[in-house]
Amino acid sequence: MKFDIARRTRLEALVAVLALVAGACGRHESNDLDLSAGWVPGPDAPSSDSKLHTPPPPFSEGIFPCSECHEADMPVNTKRRELSMAHTDIVLKHDEEHRWCLDCHDAADRDSLHLAGGDKVPFEESYRLCGQCHGDKYRDWRAGVHGRRGGNWDGEKSYLLCVNCHNAHSPRFAPIKPLPPPPKPERTP
Amino acid sequence: MNAPETTRRDMLCTLAGCAAAALAGGCSDFTHTEFFRGHFKELSEDELTAIREKIEAECKTKYDKDVTVSNTPAREGVQFAYALDISRCVGCRRCVYACVAENNQSRDPVVQWIRVLEMDKEKGIDFEHANPYYDAETVPRPGHFYLPVACQHCADPACVKSCPVGATWKEPDGIVVIDYDWCIGCRCCMSACPYGARRFNWKEPSLPADQVNANMHILGNRPRPKGVVEKCTWCVQRVRDGRYPACVEVCPVGARKFGNLLDPSSEIRYVLDKKRVFVLKNELATHPRFYYFYGL
Repeated sequence: MKFDIARRTRLEALVAVLALVAGACGRHESNDLDLSAGWVPGPDAPSSDSKLHTPPPPFSEGIFPCSECHEADMPVNTKRRELSMAHTDIVLKHDEEHRWCLDCHDAADRDSLHLAGGDKVPFEESYRLCGQCHGDKYRDWRAGVHGRRGGNWDGEKSYLLCVNCHNAHSPRFAPIKPLPPPPKPERTP
Repeated sequence: MNAPETTRRDMLCTLAGCAAAALAGGCSDFTHTEFFRGHFKELSEDELTAIREKIEAECKTKYDKDVTVSNTPAREGVQFAYALDISRCVGCRRCVYACVAENNQSRDPVVQWIRVLEMDKEKGIDFEHANPYYDAETVPRPGHFYLPVACQHCADPACVKSCPVGATWKEPDGIVVIDYDWCIGCRCCMSACPYGARRFNWKEPSLPADQVNANMHILGNRPRPKGVVEKCTWCVQRVRDGRYPACVEVCPVGARKFGNLLDPSSEIRYVLDKKRVFVLKNELATHPRFYYFYGL
C-alpha cells in the first residue's frame, strides 16, 4: 500500500482529538497524574504498617555498623575503582559494567542504603532497593510466590530478605551438590 | 435367582468370618475389632479413637516414642493445590529427603514419594528420556532441567477408580488418601496412576526409632505395614493444621508453592492467575491439582 501522508496526518489528528476527549472526560479522573502532588506509593509499595516481618540481614561478622570504619571524617572517594584497602573479598557480579558500591550504598550515611532517587533505605528493608530493578520479582515475592516460604499457608508466613538467599554482590545461585539418588531397582534373575 | 445367591453369599461370609475369628484368636496382634471394622468413612468417633490409640500404643512399643496420631478432618471451604516452578528447580533432592523424614518412609528398602526427573532441555518434557537416577558433583547440570513428580492429587483420580476395595479416595479438601488398614496390596492403583506416584511396601518398612516423626495422621505418615501402597499426602498431618508441606519449606530455591484454591488471595491463585501454568499428561483428563509453572 502506498504511504499516504495526508491520510496519516488525518489519523494522527483524530487520535489526538480522541486523547484530548478522554483526558477531559471526568470518568478518568483517577487516572490523571497530578504532578504537583509528587509521587505517591502504589498499593505494592511498603508503608510503615505493611512492613514485612523479615529476618535480619546476613551481615558478615563484624562488618556492621559500616560507620565504625567509615567514620564521619573519612573522605568519601566517589571515583569508581578497584578496592584494595578493604572489601577485597567482594566480587561484584551484578551488572558490574553499570554499577558499583555507591549506587546502592549511601556515601553520606554509611549505615544505610539508598534508592536510585536518593531516599535512604535501611539494610533491614533492602528488598525495596532490589525491587527498583527487579520489579516483577519484588511483586512475586510480596505475593509469596518468589522465594522460599515457611509457616502457614493460611496464616503467618515467614519471609526472607532477597539477600538471605542471594548474595547482593553476586546474586546468581551457585550450583549445589544434590542429595544421593534413589537405588535403581535390581533386575531379578 | 436372587434368593439362593444371597444365601450363598451369607453362608460364605459366615464361613469366612468363622475362619478369621479362629485366626484372630490364635494371633495376638490380629484383633477382632481390626479385622471386622467397617470402612474408614463409616467409622464412629469411638472406633476411630480406638484405632488411633492402638497405633499410638504400637509405636510406643516399637519405637519407644510418644507419638500422636491425629484424625484432623478436612476444613470447610478449602481445596488444596500445589504449584512447582520448574524454571527454578535445580534438582538438589532436598524435597525428597525432607519428605522421607517428615512422612516416616521406609529407609531400607528405600521408599521415596518424590521422584526428581532430570530432563534434557533439547527434548523438553519427555518421560521416555527422563532420568531419576542422576548423580553429579553439582546441580543443575548444564543442558538439563528438573521435574519433581509426586502424587498429583488429581480431581478425577484414576487410582481411586481402580481400587477394588475403596481403600483410597479423595478427601473433601482434595487430598487423595489411602487407608493402610483397608488396602489389600493388589497394586491396581499403581498401574492406574499415570504419574508413577504410588509406592508399594514389598518388604517390612524399616524406620530407625530416633528418626520417627511423632506428629502423625491416621491417613498420612503413620508407619505403614508391609504389603500396602503409600504415596504423597501433601503432608496431611501438617496442612490440616494450616502449615506448609515439608517439601515447600525445605526447597532452597523456593520453587514449591502450596495453598487454598478457593482463597483468592492465596499464593496458588496468584500463580494460576499470573504465570504460565501446565499440568502433566493433560490429555488424560485426570485434572491434576499439581500445577507446574515457569516463574521466570
